[in-house]
Amino acid sequence: MYYVANIMRSKGDPKIVRSGPRHVPPANRLARSLGWFSIGLGALELFAPRRITRTLGMQGNETLVRAFGLREIFSGIMSLSVDRNAGLWSRVAGDGLDAAALMSAMTRHNPKKHNVALALLMIGGIAMLDYRGAQETARRPQNGRRRLYPDRSGFPKGLAAARDAARKVLSHTKASVS
Amino acid sequence: MKALVWHGKEDIRCDEVTDPQIEDPRDAIIKVTSCAICGSDLHLFHNFIPGMLPGDIMGHETMGEVVETGDGMDGKLKKGDRIVVPFTIICGQCEQCKRGNFSVCETTNRKRHLAEKVFGHTTAGLFGYTHLTGGYPGGQAEYLRVPFADTTHIKIPEGLSDEQVLFLSDIFPTGWQAAAQCDIEPTDTVAIWGCGPVGQMAIRSAILLGANQVIAIDCLPERLSMAEAGGATVIDFKTESVMDRLQELTDGRGPEKCIDATGMESHVMPSQPDTILDRAKQMLMLESDRPHVLREMIYLCRPGGVISIPGVYSGFSDKIPMGALMNKGLTVRTGQTHVNRWTDDLLRRIADGEIDPSFVITHTVDLEHGPEMYRLFRDKQDSCVKVVLKP
Ligand SMILES: NC(=O)c1ccc[n+]([C@@H]2O[C@H](COP(=O)([O-])OP(=O)(O)OC[C@H]3O[C@@H](n4cnc5c(N)ncnc54)[C@H](O)[C@@H]3O)[C@@H](O)[C@H]2O)c1
Ligand SMILES: [Zn+2]
Ligand SMILES: [Zn+2]
Repeated sequence: MYYVANIMRSKGDPKIVRSGPRHVPPANRLARSLGWFSIGLGALELFAPRRITRTLGMQGNETLVRAFGLREIFSGIMSLSVDRNAGLWSRVAGDGLDAAALMSAMTRHNPKKHNVALALLMIGGIAMLDYRGAQETARRPQNGRRRLYPDRSGFPKGLAAARDAARKVLSHTKASVS
Repeated sequence: MKALVWHGKEDIRCDEVTDPQIEDPRDAIIKVTSCAICGSDLHLFHNFIPGMLPGDIMGHETMGEVVETGDGMDGKLKKGDRIVVPFTIICGQCEQCKRGNFSVCETTNRKRHLAEKVFGHTTAGLFGYTHLTGGYPGGQAEYLRVPFADTTHIKIPEGLSDEQVLFLSDIFPTGWQAAAQCDIEPTDTVAIWGCGPVGQMAIRSAILLGANQVIAIDCLPERLSMAEAGGATVIDFKTESVMDRLQELTDGRGPEKCIDATGMESHVMPSQPDTILDRAKQMLMLESDRPHVLREMIYLCRPGGVISIPGVYSGFSDKIPMGALMNKGLTVRTGQTHVNRWTDDLLRRIADGEIDPSFVITHTVDLEHGPEMYRLFRDKQDSCVKVVLKP
């Protein structure tokens, strides 16, 4: 296999012969898919809000849809970044906003209300995925027991001895200066 | 040989690479016996510091045995010597090296034109740390070529274990320099933000330099417990107000000396809204760092005090309270560590049993498991504080 990286090394620098496996936790893959989904949907909302409002019988709400589009793109980029956890939580919050906006369109005289219902159903499903992703990408140990290190002072002769020795040296140097 | 190679954001793999070769009479090659993962490596793992290229070998905390030397060693280093490699490559001859300003050595950065463009001047070459600092292959590998090896080494006497001396390469002198730059007086309170490996070393250093009180700030219980063991009074910023607690512990005066051992990737959290704004700006490439800790330190430091910054910042930081900094007459001191300026003294302290830096190690694994360890250390899983790799 040919590695572009190798041409940039000087003659004595190590060059890649064979690359090892890449580790991507499954939760990160989910975050990736949701991130791209978010960006795609966001772009649609931002650039073609009419199509969305027409499908949902929500004409006149184009500005709101555009704003939601920006939000989707922001969450999407965040979900693709190292702070994917924050990105996914912002998606969960966004799902809530989406659902609230759709609920307001679930009126009896909306001729497209079956579409709205369908969209609500979809959001429900995606929200579950978002929530799962957010849970699984949390950086803190979810299960593993936490160890504490109260006995690791780093001073083989003990903390008190380290303190005393330091104070002695300091007062000594102070005395010799004055 | 095997080495941990950077392929992109969050993509470090254990690759098979060719062995390094001597290029210059001042080069030496060591067989690595121990190396470690540093908080700075995490900034690279996240691709938050510009200048990494796919194929770069990681690692700048390394030690081992000399297996081959160029013929320009001048008797200073020979086959079989056991050395710790400082992360700053130094020539020993330029004006900066002569002044002890080793991390800004004027000769060792082989890509100095890049550094001059970005920083205005060149700084020293560093191992495994972007092409702005020379693009030198790092030491998370089985073998490492050490350029300028006749000066870039710390010789280790017999009787000391790898674990005791490995951190002379970086975090111990880094914590030490952070504290030394504070010019600690016997009445001083030293407050330290971040209880990662660098923070832990800074705590011990402040104690050894005679601080009256050391206060450590973090949010991870395992790290706070380790800080407490080292003699610090701790503040958990998730559950307590840093400002209130610092005021309380200093009779309302504020700490005289403040150390930022966190750097550019301060935790993003709703209770510190500026970090959310910084994160958004980072995404839009309007800002490169999240300097929450800097802001907090400048605000809380006692007038006339010192702000010491070992934490790494990469580019541009916004909303630094310059008014407070200027009017309170604070002194700011920072820099990559001038490792060799401190190591003779620190090696003696280790040998005399004053301190044993191995206390910070929580995980030891072989090189193949390095990629997983990057994630574990980054995610603070399994109560991880410091990872040592054994090639
Ligand atoms: N100047 C140098 O030569 C030099 C050398 C080594 C490391 N460093 C830098 O020092 C820094 C720390 O390194 P490390 O190995 O200890 O890394 P680390 O990531 O293990 O530690 C950082 C700690 O800061 C804490 N933290 C995050 N936000 C905080 C906040 N708002 N307030 C208080 N604490 C907060 C984290 O919980 C973590 O424990 C990094 O930026 C690293 O690049 C500099
Ligand atoms: Zn380091
Ligand atoms: Zn020099």
